[in-house]
Amino acid sequence: MSFLGDVVDWFGDGSHWNGEDGVIHRLAEHVQISLVAILIAAAIALPIGILLGHVRRGGLLAINISNIGRALPTLALLIILVQIFGIGDPPGLLAFTGSLPALIALVALAIPPMLTNAYVGITDVDPDARESAQGMGMSGGQQLTRVELPIALPLIMAGVRTAAVAVVATAALAAYIGYGGLGRFIIDGLSTQDNVQVFAGAVLVALLSVAIEFGLAGVQHVLVPRGLRVGKERVERDVDQAPVEAVPAARAPIGEARQG
Amino acid sequence: MGPLSLAQDIGSRWVYWPWVGDHLDEIRARLSEHISLTVLAVAYGLLIAFPLALLAVRWRRLYPPIIGVTGVLYTIPSLALFVILIPWTGLSRTTALVPLVAYTLLILIRNIVAGLRAVPPEVQEAAEGMGYRPVRRLFVVDLPLALPAIFAGVRIATVTTIGLITITALIGQGGLGQFMIDGFQRDFRTPLTVGVVLSVVLAVAADLVLVGAQWLLSPWVRKGGRGSR
Repeated sequence: MSFLGDVVDWFGDGSHWNGEDGVIHRLAEHVQISLVAILIAAAIALPIGILLGHVRRGGLLAINISNIGRALPTLALLIILVQIFGIGDPPGLLAFTGSLPALIALVALAIPPMLTNAYVGITDVDPDARESAQGMGMSGGQQLTRVELPIALPLIMAGVRTAAVAVVATAALAAYIGYGGLGRFIIDGLSTQDNVQVFAGAVLVALLSVAIEFGLAGVQHVLVPRGLRVGKERVERDVDQAPVEAVPAARAPIGEARQG
Repeated sequence: MGPLSLAQDIGSRWVYWPWVGDHLDEIRARLSEHISLTVLAVAYGLLIAFPLALLAVRWRRLYPPIIGVTGVLYTIPSLALFVILIPWTGLSRTTALVPLVAYTLLILIRNIVAGLRAVPPEVQEAAEGMGYRPVRRLFVVDLPLALPAIFAGVRIATVTTIGLITITALIGQGGLGQFMIDGFQRDFRTPLTVGVVLSVVLAVAADLVLVGAQWLLSPWVRKGGRGSR
């Protein structure tokens, strides 16, 4: 029997799907902690990024502060958080997510891309559009909600997507510090030298990530007003007109570096 | 203080210097392992990304599929990609290196293409008017002008790779990542601190080296420098 045949058999075995350590339960754990982390991070990062972008102040400072954490490898972050907080549950209502250090790590990783993209999205709004809004007598709040936010939405959503993919990847890694989730299959398979289980786990983790990336792309497509959708044509044109400085060395690493 | 509580005391300190002094050889070995994996990953990445980027610039239609495939690779979590070759290549350096190279491709291709596409058409036409053949124009005109964008890509790819290598410790590679795992498994913080500090320092140092390399390679940007005279 070939190796890939063994993997197919692994997926065909019902005992791998049910129970505490079955695929269904692990998937639920994985999605649960990821979702909670993204919601907490969004509640922190988006208002700050949007507000700083709107008043055009303190943005660089905020971005630099949130970038300090980026230099730290995710595995190191998880292990350090275990040293500080132990491996217990989060307190109170969040106890169901199952791991305090994992949750903190995921939130910490999700904040920078969301904050940066929200800030850049709002500050990049065409000054003409903003002036028109002012000329029409819109208040600051109206400008923000009716002009700046809709125009910035594609970039804000791009930040959420980047954050979500990083969170799902790191949630898999959290299996190493004893968290559940789909990463368990890989980590346990590695320690028992069960290559079939390792490979099956890798397939599951990869599928979840790709599904979330494409799922959020779909959400973005629905949310962004038609006139603002970045169509093929517009991407091509933007790239054509982009000066070499469009990828400035100092700014490029922000929100780009891969985590986990 | 009994021996057990002494061990606990040493384990809970973030740095126990005698350990560092006793393990300098190992630290040097892991550091050089980390550096060589980084250099190999980015070098192979550039070797693959360059031709693909040139194809995408020459034939625009190839750009979306190339970015699509490398984008999906980039989306796959590192833990998954680092174990996927184990059935064929075992817990080897190759198993770690192939995903590391794969992760550099999206960043490198995107930046090389953006840099090359941003070369002003007037400049290209001037070069052609001066009788430059396409290959010569690429190396003498296009690539130097695209250098800032290309270097931005190489810097991101390098810093990202240095961070990702620590995760390959889970498949027996990992360079400095091995120290993090040692520290975690033995409940002994000193190796953890050594691994974390050195990998962050390495990332910052590599970034500075690349900034320096870019400066050396673009003499025309240095105002008042020797190259501009």
